[in-house]
Amino acid sequence: MSGRTRETTPPASERADATGRADAAGAGSVERVRAAVAAVRDPELRVLTVEELGVLRDVRVEGGRAVVTITPTYLGCPALDAIRADIVAAATAAGCPEVEVEVTFTPPWTTDWLGETARAKLTAAGVAPPGRQPVVLALPALRVRCPRCGSGDTALLARSGSTACLALWRCGGCGQPFDHMRDH
Amino acid sequence: MTPALFDQVLGLGDDALVAAQRMAEWCARAPELEEDVALANIALDLLGQARALLSYAGELEGLGRGEDELAFLREESEFTNVQLVELQNGDFARTVAKLLFFGVHQHLLYTELSAGESRLAAIAAKAAKETGYHAGHAEIWTLRLGDGTSESHRRMQEAVDHVWPYTHELAEVSGLGGPWLERVSGVLDAAGLRRPDDDWAPGGGRSGVHTEALGPLLAELQYLRRAHPGARW
Repeated sequence: MSGRTRETTPPASERADATGRADAAGAGSVERVRAAVAAVRDPELRVLTVEELGVLRDVRVEGGRAVVTITPTYLGCPALDAIRADIVAAATAAGCPEVEVEVTFTPPWTTDWLGETARAKLTAAGVAPPGRQPVVLALPALRVRCPRCGSGDTALLARSGSTACLALWRCGGCGQPFDHMRDH
Repeated sequence: MTPALFDQVLGLGDDALVAAQRMAEWCARAPELEEDVALANIALDLLGQARALLSYAGELEGLGRGEDELAFLREESEFTNVQLVELQNGDFARTVAKLLFFGVHQHLLYTELSAGESRLAAIAAKAAKETGYHAGHAEIWTLRLGDGTSESHRRMQEAVDHVWPYTHELAEVSGLGGPWLERVSGVLDAAGLRRPDDDWAPGGGRSGVHTEALGPLLAELQYLRRAHPGARW
C-alpha cells in the first residue's frame, strides 16, 4: 500500500440505507458508477470535473463495491477532502453501497494532465490555462494570454491567487485581472 | 520498522509542520494583501507536506500513532525539526531570509530524495515542486528588499545576519551545504547583500534540542487537541 491513505464507508450491512441498493449494483451499473464518479466537479475550479483535472486516476467496481483512486494537485490541497466526500456521495447515489477512496502520489499530478477540453473550459471560465501561448506584440513571444480578450499584453500581479494552483495576472489590453493556472 | 527511515521521515515532517505553523502566523498580518495570500498558501503547502510525512512516519513506527498524535501529543524535546524553522518571525525580512534559506535547502533535498520508487520518493517528488516555488518567492523578495531602499537593505542584511548561524544545521542534516551555498550566495550577491562570516553554529534540533521559541509555538498548535481530546469538527 505504498504512498496511499484510505477512507472507507461502512460496510453495507451496517448502513441503514443500504437495503435494496446492493441489488441495484449489478453488472449493468458498473458504467453508471464510473460515470457518476467521473462527473464529480472540482470544488474550487467548478467548471472542471475531477477527471478533466487529472485528479481522478482509477475507478474499479466489483459487485457492490467501488474503489476509487485520486491524486492531489498539491500535497496541501484543501479541496481533496471535499472531493473525497463528493465521490463517496456520487458512487453511493449511483447504487454502489460500499465506496473506498484511495489517495496516491504516483505518478505525481502535473498541469500536463489537463487535456484540450479542460484548457478550453478554463479559458471560457476566465482562467488562463497553464503554460504560455504564442502571441505577437512587438515581436513574437510566448506569453500568458488573457482569457477574456485574448491579448498577450499581460503581467503577473501576484504569484499566489485564490487557490493553491492559481496566480493572479492583469491584462494590459482589457485592463481586467484574471487567474492563471500556474505551471506545475 | 527501519529506525533510520523513521527518523528521517519524522525529521522532515517536523521541519514542515513547524515551518507551516510559524508561517501561518502571517495570515491576516502580512505587509500587503497579495503577500498575505502568498504566505498563507506557502504555509498550506508545508502543512500538506507535514501531513503526508507524519502519516507515513506513524505507519513506519507501527505503534498506532497517526499524523494527529504525532503533531499534537508530543513534547517539545520529542520534536526533531531543525532550529531554523522555529525561530520567531519578527521583521518581515527575517521571514524572507528564513524562507530563502529553508526553501532552497528543501528544494535541493526533496529533489535528491525524489529519485526512485519508494513512498518517500513519491512524497518528495510532490514537495520538490512546491518548495521550488517557495524558494523562488523568497528570492524575489530578497532581491527587492536587498536592492531596494537603504532602509529595506539594512533590514534585509540584519535578517540574513540573524538567521545565518542556523543554516549550518541544514547542511549538517542533508550534506547539501555545497549546492545550497552556491545558490544562496548567488541570490545574496544579486541583491547586494553581504554573506555573513561562518561563526556560531547552533544545532541539535534532530536530537530534540530547541531554542526557547519552540515551546510557545507548540502550546498554540497543541492547545485545542489537549484541552478537548477527541474533539471533531
